[in-house]
Amino acid sequence: MTTSPSARAERLVNLVLCLLSTRQYLSAERIRATVPGYSDVASDEAFFRMFERDKSELRELGVPLETGRSTLAEPVDGYRIARGDYELPDIDLAPDEATAVALAARLWDSPALAGAARTALQKLRAAGIAVDPDAASAVQPRLRAAEKAFAPLLAASRAGRVVTFTHRSNPTAEARTRTVEPWGVVSWRGRWYLVGHDRDREDVRCFRLSRIGDDVRAVGPRGAVTPPPGVDLVALVAASAGPPPPTGRARIRLTPGRAEGLRRGAHPDPQGDPDVVEIDLSRVDTAARWVAGHGPDAVVLEPPELRKAVVALLRGSLDPAPEHAASAP
Amino acid sequence: MTAGVSERLPRLLTLVPYLLARPGIPVAEAAADFGVAEAQLRRDLELLWMCGLPGYGPGDLVDLSFEGDTVTVTFDAGMRRPLRLSGAEAATLAVALRALADAPGMVDADAVQRALAKIEDAAGRAGSPAPDDPEPGGDGVAVGLGRVPGGAEDAVRRAVETGRALRLTYYSASRDAVGRRVVDPMRLLLVDASAYLEAWCRQAEGVRLFRLDRVDDAEVLDEPSAPPPGARGREGSGEDLLRPDDGAHVAALVLGPAARWVAEYYPVESLHAADDGSARITMRYGDRDWMVRLLLGLGDAVEVLAPPELVDARAARAREALAAYGEGE
Repeated sequence: MTTSPSARAERLVNLVLCLLSTRQYLSAERIRATVPGYSDVASDEAFFRMFERDKSELRELGVPLETGRSTLAEPVDGYRIARGDYELPDIDLAPDEATAVALAARLWDSPALAGAARTALQKLRAAGIAVDPDAASAVQPRLRAAEKAFAPLLAASRAGRVVTFTHRSNPTAEARTRTVEPWGVVSWRGRWYLVGHDRDREDVRCFRLSRIGDDVRAVGPRGAVTPPPGVDLVALVAASAGPPPPTGRARIRLTPGRAEGLRRGAHPDPQGDPDVVEIDLSRVDTAARWVAGHGPDAVVLEPPELRKAVVALLRGSLDPAPEHAASAP
Repeated sequence: MTAGVSERLPRLLTLVPYLLARPGIPVAEAAADFGVAEAQLRRDLELLWMCGLPGYGPGDLVDLSFEGDTVTVTFDAGMRRPLRLSGAEAATLAVALRALADAPGMVDADAVQRALAKIEDAAGRAGSPAPDDPEPGGDGVAVGLGRVPGGAEDAVRRAVETGRALRLTYYSASRDAVGRRVVDPMRLLLVDASAYLEAWCRQAEGVRLFRLDRVDDAEVLDEPSAPPPGARGREGSGEDLLRPDDGAHVAALVLGPAARWVAEYYPVESLHAADDGSARITMRYGDRDWMVRLLLGLGDAVEVLAPPELVDARAARAREALAAYGEGE
């Protein structure tokens, strides 16, 4: 087939207009005889191939093609587009709501999402809504998705297709191949994760996108994966990426007027000493890193294991040995 | 011709209702709204002129009238409303709106919620989803900013909206101290997951970014926001905005496996990974005390190669701290 893209676009617009204007279901043969662009196709086989391609193009676009028969006497299924399903329903946005929508459309700093946001905005504007893309220019919301794995994982999640990819559990770990039923990509505190059911481990897992290789492949049919109803993807990532719940508190002596960052998230000393604070303790190594950074301005009083960990870090600063240091936990 | 139909067809279907809502719009303005060259938009209009309803006689085809550089639709051939939002488009807007609602201080949360309800309502699929739904997997994307409001966001936003100066009580993480200053607000930015005020700082005599959750108090002043005429915000997005200025210092570090997370967490200038799991990196930093805090928290897992004064500052702080623990050498 050597139809030019322009001729194909014209044929598709005519096909949409034709199917929108009919209440009857039109058979493929009827469409072939009616819509310009089909009639000059020589063979039946070439026509059906062309028509199949056109139908899937329209469905990809979200055009609701209905199939059915107008009367029982019809020998084959026909097609039509119900206007009520095709058209954007009435939507009335107040000026401040339109501004919010314009801002939302500017949020995405990724081609995959920015494109959909742009066409959504064009449709709203075509419905007569005054959505100024440059509204509220004093506000610039941006959420980046620079990872190469982003677009294929988003597409697979939306299509409900299983994916395979290589993944490292930390920057120095060996890459392993994973097979995952993707439920969605999630931005949590500015970092992107894939959430889904890991088929090998038979459990729910969250994967940092920056640790997924460039080899994301969708395998198997569309619609094979459905996220569990009501699943809260953000909560799953928050639980997996966040710190474990605190198990106790540490007491720290602070130099007056210093270590402001430590003081901000801390509880006051129950004994009333203004230079002593208590912090929630969940992981000793994380807390030690934070406290050791403040050097002499933050001295651990309790518990002894945190005190020991901080002293070890400080000694390490005097005798660095990165090549020989223990590998990441 | 590559992108072709899948990019052009959505525009062709949107264009007629868009023009219907704006009789006599300049062709150049319509082209700008659709993000295409004026010549391309004229080609689109010529194509639409060839499309219409079965019969395809003069009264059945889309009709346009051109007057000067403007265009008006005189017959729409049944394309009165845009196609409804696709699942991807609706999800892209809805997820972005939810993210904005979750970003304290960026926008009027009430307007965002109302807009979200209307978008979701308009996107609600008429009837049950078709069996050939191109997106059976769901939204595919979710956002959680995970930020706790600091309490002063409303005052900051009011100052940006009304163009007034602000007196801030601000915790600077790089200096680890709270200070008061008067600033001339310029913009609100959402960079990855954090909201920032970009403003001219009268004390530092420069444009600075203030993270909203670190603003302890904000007082809207009676005087107007008046950044000097030459004051410019940073260009770009994401970490480009947060990267220290070119004039800042550069550190050369060896990160052991336990410290490799640093290269994922902070923007680095260069990275060379070694076989033993360590990596040599260079990274920029604006404030030496901040860098020393980072290094002290990493212990023996990081070695400083340069600059020498950073090596000395780190060692001096570590010795002082060990002395405070009664662990002097």
